[in-house]
Amino acid sequence: MTAIYLLGALIICILLVINRNRKVNYVLVTAFLLLQWALTAYQFMHRDTLPTGQAGEEVFGFFKADALALLMLTTLSIVAIPAYFHSYVYFQNRKPTPRVRSIYFMSMTLLLTAVSGAYLSNHLAVTWVFVELTTLAASGLVYHHRDASALEGTWKYIFICSISITLVFIGILFTSIALQQAGHGELSYPALLENAASLNVFWLRLAFIFIFTGYTAKMGLVPMYTAGIDAKDKAPSPAGALLSSVLMNMGFVGMFRFYEVVAKTSLHDWSNNVIFIAAGLSIFVATVYMLKVENIKRMLAYSSIEHTGLVMLGVAAGGVGYYAAVLHLILHAFAKSSLFFQIGQVHRIFRSKHISETGNYFKYNLPGAMVLLLGFICATAMPPSGLFISEFMIFRALFEGHHLVILAVVLLLLTLIIWAFGKNMFKLLFTPLAHFDETKMGKVYGYESISQFVLLGLVIYLGFNPPAEMVALIQEAVAGLPH
Amino acid sequence: MINVLLITFAASLLYISIANRLLTFIRILAFQGIILFGVSFLELNEINPLNLIFILLETIVFKAVAVPVFMSYVIKKNHITRETEPYLPYFLSLVIVTLIIIGTFLISNVIEDPRLNKVYFVVALSSLFTGLYIIMTRKKLITHVMGFLVIENGVFILSLAVGSEMPMLVNTGILLDLFVSVLLLGIFVNRIGDVLQDVDVDQLQKLKD
Repeated sequence: MTAIYLLGALIICILLVINRNRKVNYVLVTAFLLLQWALTAYQFMHRDTLPTGQAGEEVFGFFKADALALLMLTTLSIVAIPAYFHSYVYFQNRKPTPRVRSIYFMSMTLLLTAVSGAYLSNHLAVTWVFVELTTLAASGLVYHHRDASALEGTWKYIFICSISITLVFIGILFTSIALQQAGHGELSYPALLENAASLNVFWLRLAFIFIFTGYTAKMGLVPMYTAGIDAKDKAPSPAGALLSSVLMNMGFVGMFRFYEVVAKTSLHDWSNNVIFIAAGLSIFVATVYMLKVENIKRMLAYSSIEHTGLVMLGVAAGGVGYYAAVLHLILHAFAKSSLFFQIGQVHRIFRSKHISETGNYFKYNLPGAMVLLLGFICATAMPPSGLFISEFMIFRALFEGHHLVILAVVLLLLTLIIWAFGKNMFKLLFTPLAHFDETKMGKVYGYESISQFVLLGLVIYLGFNPPAEMVALIQEAVAGLPH
Repeated sequence: MINVLLITFAASLLYISIANRLLTFIRILAFQGIILFGVSFLELNEINPLNLIFILLETIVFKAVAVPVFMSYVIKKNHITRETEPYLPYFLSLVIVTLIIIGTFLISNVIEDPRLNKVYFVVALSSLFTGLYIIMTRKKLITHVMGFLVIENGVFILSLAVGSEMPMLVNTGILLDLFVSVLLLGIFVNRIGDVLQDVDVDQLQKLKD
């Protein structure tokens, strides 16, 4: 099925580039969504099995749907539907040339395919190939506006992601040295996990440093987070929603699978310290920028940095933190993408994404304003947001792990973030603008906010009443880690 | 023989640190491509001949000829001035790159692995850090791409160290090299020159907080 999916997605991508007709374009995109959901359903029915006895077994044995992959794949399939819908709305209002629209949809489809491939991959090098592919796909989305600032964003994104992907590759090389020394030659995750104890600690340490640093570009952590911010700002908001949800989850999956290997060795405590430093600095950087940021999309992007920082704190703290980290990641993907979708409408009304040029949103778009208010509550993890539950569990894990200093500093920084986030959001929602020409305002319809309400509803519902199936999957995903 | 080639490669890194013209830079990159051709020819004599030919072609055709030619074309087309414009004086660069090489040499003394040739490790890591250093201290965007190519050469050397047992990784590394070089230089040739007047980092300061 993975083979059919990859092949089908590739054909759809090619057709999307060739085709210039708008209607055919949307038919193709719908076909891709059906394919995406078919893949998700198939993987649920064939959990943890490798294809056997078919042609192409060699290549497609590299994919396996384990619990983490299933969770992330489902998240992606859910977010993909509104992403395409809002792209459709976006193009209804923008009227781009057919070529620009084709490239946009092709890039988005390629991005979703590559991210799905990276989730399902069962092999260190295969994950890496798909991560590399996401750079190409995402750069197509970032360069969408084709002006000087989009070029700047694209250049920075490609350059930093290329360096990061090279660092990951160096990490893979070090891992292979360690494997060869232990007398193995297989780079698949099960083989790595099995032989983890016999790997040379020196090479594994180097490998972890390089792989971790490399994946921070996609994941949004210090030190390589910078490129992602510009990308999320310059990409159209439906694409920005994908970049700050499913793509960041992909970075996490890549990092997490290698972390599982390291956690089985004597390096576990050391790797936790590395993660603590990176995560703590990320939250700190996010706070500093949230306090001074002018652009609302960049503010949301920095908020994503903060959330990934929290997720990694959960991973490093261990215990209940592992479970909380995965839950937090899923819920954050829903909350953040719905906020990004809404910013598309904000931009249509005010023709600006600068906080100083927006205001009194309640007057112009009531459902949209409700989404922003609810989204703000969800993203800052106030009850009834599901993120409150996961964040609370992360703090509990920190407390139980006796990381009290980190906990205190993080709580202080989070307070500042909530204040900055709230200040900007309430300015956007309530403060009337002095000179705003209401006649030039773009038209916004109430039905465009439905998908955001559904996503935010999921954030609340899944936090308080998670289905037993989901709890079991998350527990299985983190079962390999020492408790 | 391999060691001689690798040490020559390390010496070329020192030369890069004081190269003050873009053309010199390009020539060093081409020279490094030829060295890599020699190293892979001597090192990978046990792998599948077809695979070996692919690797050799990549080094000699792509690294030593295509990229340098393409890069001189980019420089001419965009009217890039010939200075590399570093932020730090050349003498300091030379000292820093020397320190990088000494540093990796010291790190390599920790390794207790009889199967790994330490020279590979030292040269590959010095090349990686020299590339990063060049990216950080040069002003022009095209020198950033060149710094990246130095990193790629380092990665290639590292992949050769494990290559005779895992040829798959060498190929993957080559694909990365091709992919990224084409992507970066492609954007350069098609877009940056048209949109921006003068191509250095100062032009890319609009996106910030």
